[in-house]
Amino acid sequence: MNKVSLSVADAVADIPDGAKVMIGGFGGSGAPIELIHALIDRFRATGSPKNLTVINNNAGNGAIGIAAMIKAGMVAKMICSFPRSSNAEAFNEKYLSGQIALELVPQGTLAERIRAAGAGIPAFYTPSSYGTELAEGKPTEEFDGKMYVREGWLRADFALIKGQLGDTLGNLTYRLAGRNFNPLMAMAADKTIAQVSSLSEPGSIDPEQVVTPGIFVDTIVEVPDPQQEEVLVRTGVVY
Amino acid sequence: MSDFNLMEDKLTNAQIAWRAAQDLEDGSYVNLGIGFPEMIATFQPEGRDVTYHTENGVLGFGKAPKEGEEDWDLINAGKKAIMLKPGASFFHHADSFSMVRGGHLDLAVLGAYQVAQNGDLANWRVGSKGVPAVGGAMDLVHGAKAVAVVTDHVTKDGQPKLVEACTFPLTGVGCVTRVYTSLAVLDIEDGKFNLREKLPAISMEELQAVTGATLHTDGPVGDLIVPEDI
Repeated sequence: MNKVSLSVADAVADIPDGAKVMIGGFGGSGAPIELIHALIDRFRATGSPKNLTVINNNAGNGAIGIAAMIKAGMVAKMICSFPRSSNAEAFNEKYLSGQIALELVPQGTLAERIRAAGAGIPAFYTPSSYGTELAEGKPTEEFDGKMYVREGWLRADFALIKGQLGDTLGNLTYRLAGRNFNPLMAMAADKTIAQVSSLSEPGSIDPEQVVTPGIFVDTIVEVPDPQQEEVLVRTGVVY
Repeated sequence: MSDFNLMEDKLTNAQIAWRAAQDLEDGSYVNLGIGFPEMIATFQPEGRDVTYHTENGVLGFGKAPKEGEEDWDLINAGKKAIMLKPGASFFHHADSFSMVRGGHLDLAVLGAYQVAQNGDLANWRVGSKGVPAVGGAMDLVHGAKAVAVVTDHVTKDGQPKLVEACTFPLTGVGCVTRVYTSLAVLDIEDGKFNLREKLPAISMEELQAVTGATLHTDGPVGDLIVPEDI
């Protein structure tokens, strides 16, 4: 078993046109910037991958990361809860001119749909969005006197996630609030690609501290001193 | 009629937040919505221990760090940098919203465009134009033991925000239990606004005139008194 990839370019080399790609992070916290930029590099060099569906809480910020993917024209559809970030011009422009589709999902429903996919549960009922326009057309049911909306699982072909410590078996820890969607997405994709700040041999991470067990991770690549999305946005970096 | 001037004599957002903060219970777990509701933490009464939850997976945070000392991997749902308190914890998004929907929070506080007398809340968009964004609002209104709203009593052009039925797109149905406004404190019970407190300077008639639904009382109405220097 060899999950280790020697470069971010190698790690994302198999993502094809039209793929459904989950990208971890909440705003800039836990966002796998180097993996995203490697995907953009490939698109610029080869014209592929394009026509992607991207699943993230947001829809990019500034001119780096997911925003740069959108601006480059690689993304056909976003599935997210909050596209309206402080510097979301890249998404706004494409959305308002009809060049990108949007599936808006309440944040807790987004998280649970991803977890359900990873857990092999095709649908579940939630109170969130009942009676609102986001529940239109969805089945509803009453349980113990309260109404709930049925939501389906959300799977992906690939997940790009960011961990802190990783080992060659794919076991992962996360840094601070950078955990957010990353462990859920790791479970919900056919192929999960993780970048970690530090990659080491099995046994280096205390099993009690492992957050994502290696069974959920297919490819792991070391990116020491990773860039932080919020810092890049605040310093006006353009990718 | 008194000489109450609606736009000059109403409470500021800080004063509304102060009033809401007086009801924070010792030992409670609380989620404060992005923006205005976050201000409530500033006025948390001394001697009460409150643990704050944020949707992106942190329980037990306190003040913001000084400028230049931010760690941007440590943020709240508003994407602002935060600092941890002793006993804080991290968890993934599905666990975070399990805390919300699963009934583990004591209180969630949100802002509002409109609140209806049956507890319906509209706070995520005002029409069908622009880029829609919902975030965690539709989840946060379900599950907490109390769901409170902090809001101006009227819009900038004087229209009532407390209404018989919301006309803006709904965030949740029958979910709000208490409202703190710039003029009054109200509970929503049995499909009606029950007035608990009002500014002493405003008469019942004047308050009713700027409220879009019938005000009810089921006992004495207290004075809404807030320090003037905040």
